[in-house]
This record gives sequence, C-alpha cells and structure tokens, in this order.
Amino acid sequence: MVEVSTPTKWALRLVAVGYVFFLVAWPTGLLATRTFEGGVSNLVETLADPDVQSALALTGRVALLAVVINLLFGVTISLLLVRYEFPGKRALSALIDLPLSVSPVVVGLSLVLVYNSRDGWFGPSLSDAGVDVIFHTPGLVMATTFVALPLVIREIVPVLTEIGDDQEQAARSLGANARQTFWRITLPSIKWAVVYGVVLATARSVGEFGAVKVVSNNISGQTQTATLMVEEKYQNFAQDQAYAIAFLLVLVSIACLVIVAVLRPSSEK
Amino acid sequence: MSIDITGVTKRFGDFVALDDVNVSIPTGQLTALLGPSGGGKSTLLRIIAGLDSADTGSIRIEGTDATSLPPQKRNVGFVFQHYAVFKHMSVAKNVAFGLEIRKRPKHEVTQRVEELLGLVHLSQFAHRMPNQLSGGQRQRMALARALAVEPTVLLLDEPFGALDAKVRKELRDWLRRLHDEVHVTTVFVTHDQEEALEVADEIVVINEGRVEQIGSPEQLYDEPANDFVMSFLGEVTTLDGRIVRPHDIEVELAPVPGAVEGTVTRVLRVGFEVKLTVATAGGDVTVAMTRTHLRGLGADEGSRVWLYAAKGAVTVAGTAVKETAVAG
Repeated sequence: MVEVSTPTKWALRLVAVGYVFFLVAWPTGLLATRTFEGGVSNLVETLADPDVQSALALTGRVALLAVVINLLFGVTISLLLVRYEFPGKRALSALIDLPLSVSPVVVGLSLVLVYNSRDGWFGPSLSDAGVDVIFHTPGLVMATTFVALPLVIREIVPVLTEIGDDQEQAARSLGANARQTFWRITLPSIKWAVVYGVVLATARSVGEFGAVKVVSNNISGQTQTATLMVEEKYQNFAQDQAYAIAFLLVLVSIACLVIVAVLRPSSEK
Repeated sequence: MSIDITGVTKRFGDFVALDDVNVSIPTGQLTALLGPSGGGKSTLLRIIAGLDSADTGSIRIEGTDATSLPPQKRNVGFVFQHYAVFKHMSVAKNVAFGLEIRKRPKHEVTQRVEELLGLVHLSQFAHRMPNQLSGGQRQRMALARALAVEPTVLLLDEPFGALDAKVRKELRDWLRRLHDEVHVTTVFVTHDQEEALEVADEIVVINEGRVEQIGSPEQLYDEPANDFVMSFLGEVTTLDGRIVRPHDIEVELAPVPGAVEGTVTRVLRVGFEVKLTVATAGGDVTVAMTRTHLRGLGADEGSRVWLYAAKGAVTVAGTAVKETAVAG
C-alpha cells in the first residue's frame, strides 16, 4: 500500500465521514427523532390507523410476490446465462441490466401502455378475462418485480461462473440426474449469493416508489403502498404520520443490511 | 473387452479432436491414454464417461451400447484433474454422494464410506471439509467417491497433473497398488510417459486425434510403431537418418566399418550421466553414457569419434527429424 502522510489520512477520513453523515446518517437520524418527538404515541397511533395497516400489508404482499418471482426467474436465468450457449445470450444479458439504468417512472409508464384496460396491447383482453393489471395489485407486483429484476441475477451469475461446472459434472458421473444435481450441488454452492440477492431485492421492492406510483391509482386501503402513503400523508400536512411510516421503511432497510452483514462473513468461511 | 470404442470422431469447430478412433480396452486392467497436450486423449475419456458426446462412432461398455446414454446411467467413476470436490460437504458426505443418490440404506452407506476412506487412508479426516485437505488428499477422496458406486470402469483425467512432483510419485505407486487390490477396469489420461510406463498394464498412444500405437509398456518401448511413439517415450537422437536412443549409441576413437564420423563439440555432465554432442555430416547427434564409460574411452571436446547404433538397439526410420524430443 502507498504510504500516506498522517494529515492526509485524517483529511480523507473527515471527508468520507462527513459525506456519509450529511447525506445519510443525519437525515435518517432526524427522521427517527421526529417520529419519537412525543414518545412512542405517534408511532402507535399511526399503526392503529386501518389505512396504514392496509398500506403496510400491501407493501409486504407486493414485495413478497416480487421477490419470490425474481428468485425463481433469477436462478433460472442465471443458470441459463452461465451454463448454456445460445444465440442472443449477450442481448439477454444486456436487457437484464435495463431496469438498473431506466428510471422507474419510465417502467411504470411502459407497463401502463401495454396493460391498461382501455387501449393497452394486452390490457383489454386480460380485462375481459377478469384480470385487471393497471390500478390493481398485479400491476404493482409487475412494476416492483421489474425494478428489482437484476439484483438476484447479478449476485448469482459471478458465483456460478467462478465455481465452474466441475462439481456438477462429477455429480452427474456419480449418478445424479439434472434435478438432483441442482438441489444437492448447484444450489448449496450458490446459496449465499441467492440469500444476498433476495435481501437486496427485498429492500428494493419495499422501497419502490416511482414505478408503483404510475401503475397505482393510489386509493387508500386498496392500491396504496407504504411509500405512496408517505408521500400522500406528507402532502396532506400529516407529517407526523409520514415520518412514522418512513421510519418503519427505514427499519426494514436496516434489518436487511443487518441480515447481510451477519450472513456475509459466514459465506466466506 | 470392457470398453469398445468404434469409429469415434469429434470436432470442435474446425479443430478435429478425435479422428476415427478405434480402441478396445481390456477388462480389469490399468490402461493409460498417453499423448501430448491437446492430442485428444481427455476428449476421448470424457466421451467414454458421457460428459462429451462423439460426432460419430459408438461406445460400448461391458457389452452395452452407451453411445447415447447420459453420464449418470453409464455407471462409470470419473476422477477430475482438479478434483471437483463438493466444497460444501464433508469428506464422508462427498464419498457417500453416489450411494445416497442410489438411495442405499443408511447403515450400508456408513459402512461402505468407512471402508473406502480406509482404502484411501483418509479415515481420520472423515469429518473434515475438503478445503482442510491437501491436494493429494483431495484427489484420494475424489477417487474414493468414484469407487463408492462400484463403477464398471474407473476413468481418471490427468489425476495427478495438479500435484507436485513428490506427491505425484507417491500417488502413482499408490494407484498401482490400489488397482491390484480393487481390480476395476481403469483408464487414466496422462501426458507423462514415465507415469504411463510405470503404472499401466497397457498404453494407448494418442496424438493429433489419432491412435498411434496400442501395447504393453515393453512393446511400446521395444517395438515403437513409428518415430512419434519412439520420440514420445523417451529421449531420441537422429543418427545417419534413423532415430535411436542416445544411450544406445556406441562411440569409438578409431574408424569402424559402417560407423558415422564426427567431432565432439560439447560435453555436458549431469549427475552420473554425460551427454556428448557430436557434429556429423548429417547434423548434431546426442550421445549419452556414464561418467565411468567416458573416462575409459578418453574422449573430450574436439576428439574425432566414430558412432554406430549398439547391437540390439531399437531404431526407427526418421521421417520427421526431431532432435532429442523430450516427452513430459
């Protein structure tokens, strides 16, 4: 390592700590202070509101579904990308990164274009079949799934590439079929990458706002998720409630980070 | 015959890895597939195991047509060069894998694993994880794992290639003794002629996708089919247009009828051996002899000498003149 003089070292530390403090720690800390300004009563009252409960439950449901879908497709697509050669592989790989680079609002708008029940491509026929997407839970799940799509895949792909297919071939030569090889060899080898991807996807899904905002009609108790409710409460001058819900969302994120921090070292044994 | 390979051809794009290969591998013996890197021997082994498929040709294992069988139905044990251990399983679990897949009763699995770990001298490591083992131990574990399923044939792909010289030598001797105990038909791939000559009952020499010769180590050494086999199985030099081993050349200081005249240009002493480089009209010839022999002869740099192949020496017409091609 290059030797750095002591003053430079301290200056660098100050910059790093200051940067994180003013951008992250202070605002989040203030959020907690405001939530608990009058003791826990604010939080308790907010949580007692049926609309708040419904919004939190909806966020939980949507996030859970989005994460499960991303988990199943994520593992499958990762295996496809790493273990098989097929035309269009590079294009598929690039397409998977699209949700990271595109604004969530654009994601929401494009989903509306395709699935709205009046003049979307699929919307009217789906609507006739009794499935409403836009302004209903399926639309929220789709939007959330879309924005969190790359997270699981980008965690698994490098691990799969690194472990190679030696162990899988050995399992096959020992009599395991494709399914047994997957459950007994491949999945245990990528376990930690999957867990890490799921945690990241959960954090992202719970916090999603832009894409959800476009596909939801924001009806409290029906299609209003927690993030949407924060915005509404804030704009309606119910700041205390907005802070309380925002604080809960922060708690979820912190829980995710803690899970990752606890899991990571054990994965590197 | 345990494994019959008929007319197997395999291409990777434009590269012909195997070109109409026909080999029969006898039951219960230890057979080496020997050849230079990239010569197609590993590909052939992987095709036997079903890990790769041949473009044309067929594979029969113990009389059963295995050409289109998936690897898990061929009942072969495969040992990989880089061990391919299951990193997340203990040594005992690794060895038990094939048995658990076959849903053998638990007590039987435990007993068999114990037996095999004893066979490969890893009993005290049963509960270790593979990353706590040395390379040699991992490879022995991989071997026990492959033997656990009682395969009809055991296939080893450069099994000692990733190990250092000393461990290699130990494992080589150990594999030979193990085979004498277990007697399973074994095929191993190697590019090391010494390894093949020392361990194998039979050697198949493969070069550029073709079988050059099949025979016992003695046959290959004493009756090489061509200059490639001869030069691959040990050092050679070209004397008067024929390929001959450097230690099979006699040196005289006086003219001998039929001998090749030359001048010693270099004397290289390596341990007990001396290597002379002799400039002749047909190019440089390398001659090997013991130090004692050289002292008795009294030749040195600048001496005029006459060279001829010793009586009974194996010589092969040198089509491609390769000066001291060293295998290994």
